[in-house]
Amino acid sequence: MTRHPWFRALFGSKGNMIVTLLMIALFAWVVPGLVRWAFGHAVWEAANRAECIATDTGACWAFIKARFALFFYGTYPVDERWRVHLGLALLVVIGTGALFSHRRRGWWLLALMVLVPVADAILLAGGMLGLPAVPTERWGGLMLNLVISFVALAGAMPIGIALAFGRRSSWPVIRYGSIGLIEFWRGVPLLTVLFMGLVLLPLFLPNGVNVDNLVRALVVMTIFTGAYMAETIRGGLQGVPPGQAEAALALGMHGTQVQVLVVLPQALRLAIPGIINIAVDLFKDTSLVSIVGLFDLMGVVGQSVKDPAWTGLAAEGYVFAAVVFFFACLVISLGGSVLERHFSSAPKESKS
Amino acid sequence: MTSKGRALAWQAAAVVSATAVVLYFAHNVTTNLAVRGIQFGFGFLWAKAGFDIPFHLAEWDVNFSYGRALWVAGINTLFAAAICIALSSALGLTLALMRLSGNLLAAGTSRVLIELIRNTPQLLQIVFFYFAVLQALPQMRQSVTIGTSVFLNVRGLFLPAASGEAWDWISSATIGLVVLVAVLWKRMGMVVPRLLVLPPVLIIGLVAAGFTAQWDAPVLKGFNFVGGVRVPPEILALALGVSIYTSAFIAENVRASILGVHRGQTEAAYSLGLPPGRTMALVVLPQAMRLLIPPLTSQYLNIIKSTTLGAAIAYPEILQIFARTVLNQSGRAIEVMTLVLGVFLVINLLASAGMNAWNRRLTLQGR
Repeated sequence: MTRHPWFRALFGSKGNMIVTLLMIALFAWVVPGLVRWAFGHAVWEAANRAECIATDTGACWAFIKARFALFFYGTYPVDERWRVHLGLALLVVIGTGALFSHRRRGWWLLALMVLVPVADAILLAGGMLGLPAVPTERWGGLMLNLVISFVALAGAMPIGIALAFGRRSSWPVIRYGSIGLIEFWRGVPLLTVLFMGLVLLPLFLPNGVNVDNLVRALVVMTIFTGAYMAETIRGGLQGVPPGQAEAALALGMHGTQVQVLVVLPQALRLAIPGIINIAVDLFKDTSLVSIVGLFDLMGVVGQSVKDPAWTGLAAEGYVFAAVVFFFACLVISLGGSVLERHFSSAPKESKS
Repeated sequence: MTSKGRALAWQAAAVVSATAVVLYFAHNVTTNLAVRGIQFGFGFLWAKAGFDIPFHLAEWDVNFSYGRALWVAGINTLFAAAICIALSSALGLTLALMRLSGNLLAAGTSRVLIELIRNTPQLLQIVFFYFAVLQALPQMRQSVTIGTSVFLNVRGLFLPAASGEAWDWISSATIGLVVLVAVLWKRMGMVVPRLLVLPPVLIIGLVAAGFTAQWDAPVLKGFNFVGGVRVPPEILALALGVSIYTSAFIAENVRASILGVHRGQTEAAYSLGLPPGRTMALVVLPQAMRLLIPPLTSQYLNIIKSTTLGAAIAYPEILQIFARTVLNQSGRAIEVMTLVLGVFLVINLLASAGMNAWNRRLTLQGR
């Protein structure tokens, strides 16, 4: 008697059957209650928590609806939010171009690393070109997570490349200097690094220079990510066959040309999966800035659940934040795997 | 210029510029400290702390010094890390076994759980357990009761405490025996993996000890519980958040290392007549362990670093006590941050050195 493979995978043996029944029992115990809370008895329209409780017993999603804009823009002025949208559109368009265009990739990359940060900084901060200034204290929500992730990732690339080459250098000063820097930044927790930015950075700068709270977080997160990037890129560099550099030298290229034009591009391609992992970790870690006084998505949710009108709705707030983070990470991972496939097809073309 | 001369020139330039940067920072720091009227030095460590540490394993009193506070907070950090390492290993192994079980439902559930856990921030999970679960628990008088003498409420988890001469004696003898066997196992010429023998011995020993103990159960008297031990919600939330988050990564590492053992090994064991259970225990697992140790090391190091997230829920670990309380009281930013960073660097270096030594031993044995 032949049975469907699905049936065998569920009831194939005695042990399997027991596991299946246990799992079904577990689901029956957990899932109905969860569904009832999140959907069946959920309240979608209410002015405050008291109204929610009076209406039904489930989740109070009205709270999320009331705070929706805050979760995405922080307290960024309503009339200026088009600037956030435009900045994001610029990043997405040029980012896509840089990653997927086969022609003029150098220009696209230059635009992504220089034009986008400068243009977005002007757009978001304002204070020039007739745009009203928006102080960084009013930046918040998911927008802040995106800003920090992008700046730290873009800044970490050159740092990581420099440190990775430095660690492979045959010159002892450069090599041990790079190893020391990489191991220091990788050996300490990110949160202590953020505290360092908060309390030490002002001391390291000349007396009277006041650094914006966001800039402090950006600086330390960029260096921190750079150290991790260095190890990933070093792995990529080790994966490039030595024959490549030898062939390039035999063609008469000199040392720097060989490394920059032949070895590095191949190493970066090998490092893509690692870089995607760093990007996902970085995006999740941007939530830590909420502990040092910035109002990213985590910070805004934490603040909102303490609002007297909505107090006691921590579960709703954090579940919503988790869903947003989950889908954002999913987008980064999916984009990464598309990128990986895109680049893994490149060597085949050059073979013919 | 010769290549040797160029190398020297570049390295000299690197040293000079690094020194210049350091001197510039040092100059700024001295000016800033002078302006603020702070004298650099670690003498403050002997000054009276004057603050309370709500949860402490080592002895603590408000009259103790800042230096003593570092010790107490350090023990708290290591305690949290130890719990998280044990819990995340157990959870990670469970998730990995579910994923590898061949049961469609178990494997699918494990996969969904791993993806959900891995793609949400660790901090969010800790804060969720603290504010949305533990802080939402009822007050003392309406405690959730588990069994007869375990209580869960907004003040934490109340457990019965074991005491008595027989308990002390049997439990320490069991732990001593387990450690001794673990150390001398190979020398005794044992073939079965330690991991399969020692946990049951430990469990049986502790259960036997438990029967002989005098149990001091928490009892509700008025508005508070008397007797037993209280596990504060801060350590519960930190342990749950960090352990669950890390377990998803450990599960993937375990799965990869078991799948990384060549199929031919299993087939060879089967053709020699070994049953599946012993094949797993004697052939696959020992080889998988070798692949597992490097990634597991970095997960455990991550756990130690992640305990700093306890600062978000005021668990009194090093960062919370030093970079917050002590820094606010004394204003000694440089000294405090140097100590905190130094502690983590030392813990990290020691842990990775220890793990490397173990890894080297395991690698050599097989060859």
